[in-house]
Amino acid sequence: MNSDRVADQVLTVPSRETFSPGMIGARPVTPRFALVVAVLRAQVAEIARNRWVLAHALVLAVLTEALYQLGGSAPRALSGLLNVVLLLVPLVTTVFGVVYWHTSREFTELLLAQPVPRRALWCGLYLGLATPLVAAFALGITLPLVLHRAVTPDVLPLLLSYLLAGSALTLSFAAIAMWIGAAQDDRLKALGLALAVWFITTVVYDGLVIWLATAYSDWPLEKPMLGFMFANPVDLARTGLMLRLDSAALMGYTGAVLSNVLGGPRGLFLSSLGLVFWIVLPAIAAARAFARKDF
Amino acid sequence: MMAAPMLEVRRISKSFGGTAVLRDVSVALPAGRITAVLGPNGSGKTTLNKILLGLVRPNHGHVLLNNQQVTGSDTYRARIGYMPQAPRFPEHLAARDVLQLVSSLRPHAPHMTLEQLIDAFDLASFVSRPLGVCSGGQRQRVNAAVALIFEPDVLILDEPTAGLDPVSSASLKDRIIAERAKGRAILITSHVLSELEELADDIVFLLDGTVRYCGSQSALRASTGGLSLERSIGALMQSSSIAIAPDTHRTSLHGTRTVEAQV
Repeated sequence: MNSDRVADQVLTVPSRETFSPGMIGARPVTPRFALVVAVLRAQVAEIARNRWVLAHALVLAVLTEALYQLGGSAPRALSGLLNVVLLLVPLVTTVFGVVYWHTSREFTELLLAQPVPRRALWCGLYLGLATPLVAAFALGITLPLVLHRAVTPDVLPLLLSYLLAGSALTLSFAAIAMWIGAAQDDRLKALGLALAVWFITTVVYDGLVIWLATAYSDWPLEKPMLGFMFANPVDLARTGLMLRLDSAALMGYTGAVLSNVLGGPRGLFLSSLGLVFWIVLPAIAAARAFARKDF
Repeated sequence: MMAAPMLEVRRISKSFGGTAVLRDVSVALPAGRITAVLGPNGSGKTTLNKILLGLVRPNHGHVLLNNQQVTGSDTYRARIGYMPQAPRFPEHLAARDVLQLVSSLRPHAPHMTLEQLIDAFDLASFVSRPLGVCSGGQRQRVNAAVALIFEPDVLILDEPTAGLDPVSSASLKDRIIAERAKGRAILITSHVLSELEELADDIVFLLDGTVRYCGSQSALRASTGGLSLERSIGALMQSSSIAIAPDTHRTSLHGTRTVEAQV
């Protein structure tokens, strides 16, 4: 019998006397959701007090405050934060995620030695890693604007777009970090891999796309460009935010096509779907790697 | 008469990247006995522990609990208490948080209240303090509590007294002996041979991923002329082949190797 399948069905906690070897293969114990929540709570309690996560929130808050002071309005501050969100959030999430994975490896092994399905444990660890990072990001860019009473109804949609894009990038890169952690036992190699993923998705990929656009400028590249955009979560977030900032005009005809495809509610749905895909895909891969890993 | 093995591995082999770490190893942990796993670094002790716990999946062979195959299952670990070597707990969590977390992952509640637990393991002075600022000995006491409070049928203890002061170490050893008296099957790995000499009923000696000796400590020492455990193990390591009087209840297991020759 598959223990994972029956995990959610049995809610009673047996006494020692009723727990017999015959139950092996079933889970006559805590429902899996409760296991996930227990691990998530402990993980959040630990990571929320981590100095690097607090520093992440502080840096974002200081930058938001500085940009607000320089620009004088929330939309200008948020506009200036675009590249900060697109570069800093994936960098901090991936590097912190990989380092934390290796730092907490022994405790993870202690948890694995408990009667817990690996996938449930992975869910708790993943959500426990991502939740404080999402909170740090959200607090970092929201708190200064709230303190200046700059979050007016006309700014709110733009701020929500930033919060959604930053949260999606955090969730995506946290899953990538846990994938790297599960795949690479060597701490330094894992860190190098994390930096390589960040560099490729935020810098190299754009350079490649720009080179292609220049080299094949005589060709109709609008549709391939859409494909390239969906193939990278950072580009997807960038395009979505630029459209909210009305910066599509800067991209010429391509911008007009992107605006046409992604500008309305349908576009919002499509880009959201793309970001969800970029959360689910690495999460599934990381969970599978964790479930099969020899610790 | 020896009790039936409670937890065992049968004909286990494991390789990492083409390097064989364990080869056709069979080891049984009988109820009411303390089994020490010994061997030099790289002999496969840690991998054997991890296979028993399900942290490492064997390439071949099975893990059995009371003769039921449990390889790949997770629920059987409800019957096991594990004390890893010098664990790195989350530094911002307190001992109380860790005990509550582990309690919420187990199928049944600890057999004592938190207050009783604090008394039993002498945790009162630091139970609410972040573990990052606790000493190695204090963390080791939390480690012991995590392994023992659920009254598991099997205990796997990796260097259990490492970092403990003499008083705490003696107290933990008394507790381990008491657990044996309750009928628990206990596996210990330790580099402190005097400690194993004091505690272990049975010895499993691993070398290059194979079992070179599996039997009672008394039989091992008798076969080497009544030497101390340390000298007996030294004799095992120095000899290219060994002559150990077979210990019938242990060597009857499939795959367990008893090499016949001169020490």
